[in-house]
Amino acid sequence: MHDRVPAALLPGWSTAVGRGLLAGCSTLRGLVAFALITLGVLLGKAGTAPRLMRPMIRREVDRCGMQLLPMFAFLAAALGLVVIGQTVSWLSRVGAIEFIGPVMVIAVVRELGPLIAAFVILSRVGTAHVVELGTARAMGEIEALEGLAVDPVHYLVVPRVAGMMAGTFALTVYFIIGSMISGYAWVFIQDIPLRPEEYIRQIAGALSGIDFLLLGLKTVAFGFILAIVTCFHGLARPIRVEEVSRATVRAVTHSVIACVIVDAVFIVVYLTVG
Amino acid sequence: MSPASSAAGTRVIELEEVSIASLHRSGVTVLQRVDWRVEPGEFWVVAGHHASGKSDLLMTLAGLIAPGAGRYRLLGEAMPIFEDSRLPARLKAGLVFNGGQLLNQLTLGQNVTLPLRYHHDLDDATALERASQLMEALELTPFTDRMPGAMGRQWNQRAGLARALVMQPELLLLDDPLSGLDVRHTAWWIGFLDGLCRGTQPCHPQPLTLVVTADTLAPWGAVATHCAVLEQRTLVPMGCLREPQVRDHARVREYLAHNRWGFDRSP
Repeated sequence: MHDRVPAALLPGWSTAVGRGLLAGCSTLRGLVAFALITLGVLLGKAGTAPRLMRPMIRREVDRCGMQLLPMFAFLAAALGLVVIGQTVSWLSRVGAIEFIGPVMVIAVVRELGPLIAAFVILSRVGTAHVVELGTARAMGEIEALEGLAVDPVHYLVVPRVAGMMAGTFALTVYFIIGSMISGYAWVFIQDIPLRPEEYIRQIAGALSGIDFLLLGLKTVAFGFILAIVTCFHGLARPIRVEEVSRATVRAVTHSVIACVIVDAVFIVVYLTVG
Repeated sequence: MSPASSAAGTRVIELEEVSIASLHRSGVTVLQRVDWRVEPGEFWVVAGHHASGKSDLLMTLAGLIAPGAGRYRLLGEAMPIFEDSRLPARLKAGLVFNGGQLLNQLTLGQNVTLPLRYHHDLDDATALERASQLMEALELTPFTDRMPGAMGRQWNQRAGLARALVMQPELLLLDDPLSGLDVRHTAWWIGFLDGLCRGTQPCHPQPLTLVVTADTLAPWGAVATHCAVLEQRTLVPMGCLREPQVRDHARVREYLAHNRWGFDRSP
């Protein structure tokens, strides 16, 4: 008697689902392990080679922050005109102008701002991380670093984690401020009777201390997740050059899923404490 | 003899019943029951065919792979070393990869100085100044600011050698350093490594212990002191390459065949 059912007798979909689940669990375990290793290195080697590491961290912050500012200015203007301006316009038409503050805070500060910032950083910088690290891994550069007793996680991952965390936070803040300003520009163009000080007063009145705290935590968490997922797919497993493109697609998918899950957790926190 | 190792009176490499695992194929053992001892100042050439485990042997000796079984000591220190506190012991072995394996995002100069900057916390200019004599000796000075992708294999290979030497190791491991080189560069490498072993190179005045892997012994006959061959999934130390009985051994003769450079070059 065979106590295992031959794979051929199982329905195709159940086999596929089972394999998918196992692969998902394996990836999740790898990601968690990689995140813990990175945290350990981040804290344990904070004082190692500062003259080499600090310029690298500054370069990554510049790459994830300053270099993306023009694109974020454009996106903030677009979001302000398309979403905020229209929302204000409709609220004024139905006589609910006093809800501008809460709507802005919920839509832009809590949700759209951090998520759009994270996804744009993922597309512009995260994908580049996978390609760079995947190619480095495939070309044997990781073994070269290990041969020199240089910790690859410290040298390659830590600057990217720091850069993405700082970049996601800073760009989200700029993005929110920019979209608020361009939103009021749309209101001004439409000649809606809303004075700037009233617009600012309503938004400021709807913001609470917990919004600032959770915005900071959320954007830093997004930055950490993006860096860990993209570095994991590029670096943590053996890879051949022809597999780099597939690894990049996987990294984007996993990053989006992870950010949405974390966002859902923050919604629960907002609802609980708010 | 290298002063540090000779003072301690310890062997440079000591392998006892060691199994060598594959770096790229998980769970695969490429060499078994390796017993091998390398004394200070020796120049070993380990010959083996393609995929015989030469690179994995060097990776294990450099401490990148833990032995699957057995005991490995480098200058008296148990290997592998992963603890930061024992890192100086691990840095006594320098590894030169086949083709150099430079970091493509860094210039040649930054590649060479990377170990100095990481382990000694030097700024770019100081590290480059400290490596300048070495760069000059390896004729790399004109290419300091060039990217590896813009350089030929032979210069990247030399930069890999400079990167391994910049930390002043006591043991130098070289993975098939002559592959893909033209005759001029091949002659330079053999002469330079010979000088390193004898301690006559101004950029590294102490005699250095060398282990080179190769698929032929022919170019090394004049400079190497000892040879070993990889066969039947183990390492067979053949002994001193200058002794007639070793040179007359069937396996050694096979690897000495196609002697393009002449075996009888004076040592």
